[in-house]
Amino acid sequence: MLKFVLAVLSVAVVPVSLGAEELRTQLDDPYDSGMWDYHQIELLGNPKDIRFDDRVIVRAPASAEDAFNVPLMVDATGIDNVEEIIVSVDYGPIPHILTYYPGAAEPKLELRFKIDQATAIRASVRTSSGSWHVGSTRIDAAGGGCAAPAQAYASDDWEDHLGEINGRLWTASGRARLIVDHPMDTGLADGIPVFIIKELHFLNDDGSELAHIDLKEPVNEDPAFTLFFDPDDMPALLHVQGRDNNGNEIAGTLTGEALN
Amino acid sequence: MTPTRRTALGFMAAAAGSVALPGRVFASAKFKYDLQPKPAMSGVWMIEGATDYFSMQNGGAIVNCALLQGETGLILIDTGPSRRYAEELRLSVQALDLRGVSAVVNTHNHPDHYFGNQVFADKPIYGLGEMIELAITHGDSFSNNMYRLLGDWMRGTEPMPPTAALATGEVTIDGRKFLALPLAGHTETDLALLDTETGLLIAGDLAFLDRAPATTNANLETWQAALTELQALNAAAILPGHGPLDRSGASLAQTSAYLSWLETTFTEGANSGLDMVDLMDSPMPAEFAAMGAQPEEFHRSISHLFPDIERRELPRAN
Repeated sequence: MLKFVLAVLSVAVVPVSLGAEELRTQLDDPYDSGMWDYHQIELLGNPKDIRFDDRVIVRAPASAEDAFNVPLMVDATGIDNVEEIIVSVDYGPIPHILTYYPGAAEPKLELRFKIDQATAIRASVRTSSGSWHVGSTRIDAAGGGCAAPAQAYASDDWEDHLGEINGRLWTASGRARLIVDHPMDTGLADGIPVFIIKELHFLNDDGSELAHIDLKEPVNEDPAFTLFFDPDDMPALLHVQGRDNNGNEIAGTLTGEALN
Repeated sequence: MTPTRRTALGFMAAAAGSVALPGRVFASAKFKYDLQPKPAMSGVWMIEGATDYFSMQNGGAIVNCALLQGETGLILIDTGPSRRYAEELRLSVQALDLRGVSAVVNTHNHPDHYFGNQVFADKPIYGLGEMIELAITHGDSFSNNMYRLLGDWMRGTEPMPPTAALATGEVTIDGRKFLALPLAGHTETDLALLDTETGLLIAGDLAFLDRAPATTNANLETWQAALTELQALNAAAILPGHGPLDRSGASLAQTSAYLSWLETTFTEGANSGLDMVDLMDSPMPAEFAAMGAQPEEFHRSISHLFPDIERRELPRAN
């Protein structure tokens, strides 16, 4: 019911917002989804230098089989000097999924998220010069992924596993993959407050940051990511540091084949 | 009440009824399945489903139903995806036996196999006890999804769980003897029936032939164990849940080979750092790519199975 109310509210809000702030650059949305203008202002800050760009690849299954775990791949390696990638949905109670700051990694990420209804998915890529490049795809879904309690609560030992990390590096292919145990509660399920990992930082052995992710509520329960590095420039190990909104620290180290 | 697709359709129908529309515009003749029972063995018929995924074109008629001659009528195994389907089925089988259907058995808790039950509410409807529990728990959510996928094909369909728990081992249904095998793997509980008179094995969705196996509620290890048990029966013929009648045992071997390939592909993928979108590009052996409902079922299986396999394979990092 809450999501229904939110949907009504967000529809009602659009003309008001647009009235308050005019779009500086009107785009021709390839998915014609109706909500993009609003997100261009609210999520990206109404940039002037912005375009839809086929070089930003967003891939997902055509239909979400599991609304709680929709896989997504965002690939902006066709664009130089990427500083920030905002991943979002057009329709959903919480549109912003995450922001990825690739830093020394490739501007490419695999993730999973909770979907609430059929919607366009966007990856908005900002370069160091401040220009925005937006890639899209569309996912069909029966929905309901955002407003349900985490499945972890079906077992009584979820707290014992909170913050556990499974993962490793593949130096030959430049991949770093990890799964972090966390309920990632959106706050939309009755009586369950927001409980999410806020950020994950990836550091090399001397402590300098290589990349980081700011997570929002729609990231799936037990977030799972693949980061990509140039294999010639791949760190031998990758420290993971993060925290959730309750102050729990998350820490681990991904290692490659040779170090296992 | 949470508004659902089903209630929304109900409202639309009610609204349409309240306005004096010219003619019955909603009673379209295109929602017709054209069901054709065909002989399978002596005294046994089958209605063969399409080997595709659910679509507005096939109306969900993707499932095999079996009809066996009983003492007082026909024993129907699985009732199809919708009320319309089962109503058509009830009429079409009167050509085989004027008394029509005398008893119903459901093999497992998937909507394409039991959503026609309500049409036979005046007959005994059997299912394994655990299947009845699952149907009670999951009926409404399956129903919402079926209405979403099939729209008006589903009109009037209400999920109805079996009304009687079926015993296992040697059972008699309307005078006909079966061996009832309580197995699992395709779902949490799968019934296979061996017809004593003809030696026909009605395998439910434990066996698929030339149609990609669906893994929505699957446990691969349990499913393989069930297939081994079914192979040991040396049945005269096998009716898979989806695909043509199998007189050579190919359905059991093919299903087993496909499940092994899924397990291997996902395990190797997890150990190469692949995620689900990467796996969608996995090269598929020609024999599996040629199956009906591909690559849709393979893509669905990635969602069903990969997260757990990956979890098992990736080492702890803290």
